[in-house]
Amino acid sequence: MTGITEQAIAAPRLPGSKKPARKSAYKRIRRHWQLYAVIALPILYLITFKYVPMAGILIAFKDYNVIQGIWGSPWVGFKYFNQFFESPNFWLYINNTLGISLYGLAIGFPAPILLALALNEVGNGLFKKSVQLVTYAPYFISTVIMVSIIIMTLSPNVGIVSKFFQWIGVENTNFMGMPGLFKSIYVWSDVWQYTGYGAIIYIAALAGVNPELYESAKVDGASRIQKIVNIDIPSLIPVSTILLILNLGNVMKLGFEKVYLMQNPLNLQTSEVISTYVYKVGLLSSSFSFSTAIGFFNSVINLILLVFVNYLARRLSSTSLW
Amino acid sequence: MFTSSKIRESQGDRLFIFGIYALLTAVLLVILLPLLYIVSSSFSSPQAVVSGRVWLFPVEFTLDGYTAVFRNPQIGTGYMNSLIYAVAGTTINVVMTVMLAYPLARKTFYGRNVIMVLLIITMIFEGGLIPYYLLVKNLQLLDTRWAMILPGALAVFQVIVARTFFQTTIPDELAEAAELDGCNDIRFILRIVLPLSKPILAVMSLMYAVGHWNAYFDALIFLRSADLFPLQIVLRNILILNTIDPTMMSNVDIFLAQQGLKDLLKYSLIVVASLPVLIIYPFVQKYFVKGVMIGSLKG
Repeated sequence: MTGITEQAIAAPRLPGSKKPARKSAYKRIRRHWQLYAVIALPILYLITFKYVPMAGILIAFKDYNVIQGIWGSPWVGFKYFNQFFESPNFWLYINNTLGISLYGLAIGFPAPILLALALNEVGNGLFKKSVQLVTYAPYFISTVIMVSIIIMTLSPNVGIVSKFFQWIGVENTNFMGMPGLFKSIYVWSDVWQYTGYGAIIYIAALAGVNPELYESAKVDGASRIQKIVNIDIPSLIPVSTILLILNLGNVMKLGFEKVYLMQNPLNLQTSEVISTYVYKVGLLSSSFSFSTAIGFFNSVINLILLVFVNYLARRLSSTSLW
Repeated sequence: MFTSSKIRESQGDRLFIFGIYALLTAVLLVILLPLLYIVSSSFSSPQAVVSGRVWLFPVEFTLDGYTAVFRNPQIGTGYMNSLIYAVAGTTINVVMTVMLAYPLARKTFYGRNVIMVLLIITMIFEGGLIPYYLLVKNLQLLDTRWAMILPGALAVFQVIVARTFFQTTIPDELAEAAELDGCNDIRFILRIVLPLSKPILAVMSLMYAVGHWNAYFDALIFLRSADLFPLQIVLRNILILNTIDPTMMSNVDIFLAQQGLKDLLKYSLIVVASLPVLIIYPFVQKYFVKGVMIGSLKG
């Protein structure tokens, strides 16, 4: 890239030359040599911080040790993949990851759509603006604070939710220590935090609906529910399909941050997911190759899922990512 | 949208819209009340917080919690560090994003499709945690401030949003006219593109800044020295790791007294830590919505 740029600098510029329809690559590069100079730094960043780590996946197939480095370490083939597949907790981690993701999707995907549909009914007054202002706000709360709010409100004796349950006669419970509740706490707190933000895109889609449709529906005497079913929901289908594809294609990519912060020794049985396991095995126990193998396995499953879901969407509807 | 309708609404419709208002009011309260409770608790006395007398408004108003927050040196250091990471990081983010997005927005930029494909690939496939960690380690960035800024120097999603914005707001004819007048590409970016792109630059800065302010993962894996820790790591240590093990509750009364002060500190800390974001939020909300919408045009 630098070679091209230097050449371009050395060459004299043709001031304001009108181009024919198809120019040679060299001429087109020379025309925008400054843009190549501008883009060089970000490209260097992408190569260094995105593509070099992809090459680093090699160590999943090697017995990585610090002294010999990535290239010098001996090859071991699929040893670490097999080790993961044969480990007694393999299915547990897969189940936990998929369980939280799919539960989250089942609740978290329709929630913003419902909020947007409801907001679309109330007119552009102060009420709508207040609901929007308030529902977007939790999006800005950091994961650490969000999890500490969850822990504080649920903590035995002093948490406000615990007090409420004591008040209605349920005995004092340590909610965060109950493995059976982990998924629900995770998913519903996510709904609390992200529904407003998620609704923005649907509200925009609804604002773009042709007003004539509503007018003719009104003339035909359609009820509000009929308008929602026949006009609003169909207008949301393209954007929701795209989001559903993206979400389904990422079900194995369950984020590390919130799960890790919500873990405690009592709920590990249901809260250990692949991303937290990769972190613990890799950075806390320094099994670099094993951890990379698990991460790579996860990425590949994800990629396959994304391609598959996109294929299904293209067959079943007209909307797809590519 | 229909409330001003001249045609009288049917009984069913009025019932339905009443249901909608009730539902949205419930949503509003469910989100607002916990936030209000935290803010009110942070201004109340420890005893009032522990005994559950705080509901909507502060009880026995004190600033003890805030005094405790400001007396803690860790929190001050964390606050300063987070400010440094947010300001330096966001500046680099915005500059890098524009540098990548603008050339990709020009139709006459040779090779832009190849670069777009390279970008999209990074969105659907990644090297994973360990290769990422080893890279930062090999670059000698571990446990330095650079580790908080360089690895996340740009977000591919923001590049795509910015590119869409440039393509839709800055017509190619304008660039070509400027070129004919002898204005080169860099001058065009500085004099024409940036001034025309203020809304997207505002959104982008906000998104990046909030991201830096709220992030803890990179600090968790890259930093070891306490004097480099951003606020979120300090928060994690105080708010989450100090959570008292329920099995240790032998004497409930003593526990409650200690827990009271500790809880108060936590509420105040949450308010202090969220303050910068909460202050700018109402001002940038409209830009923020606009940014999400531009992103959704071609997401």
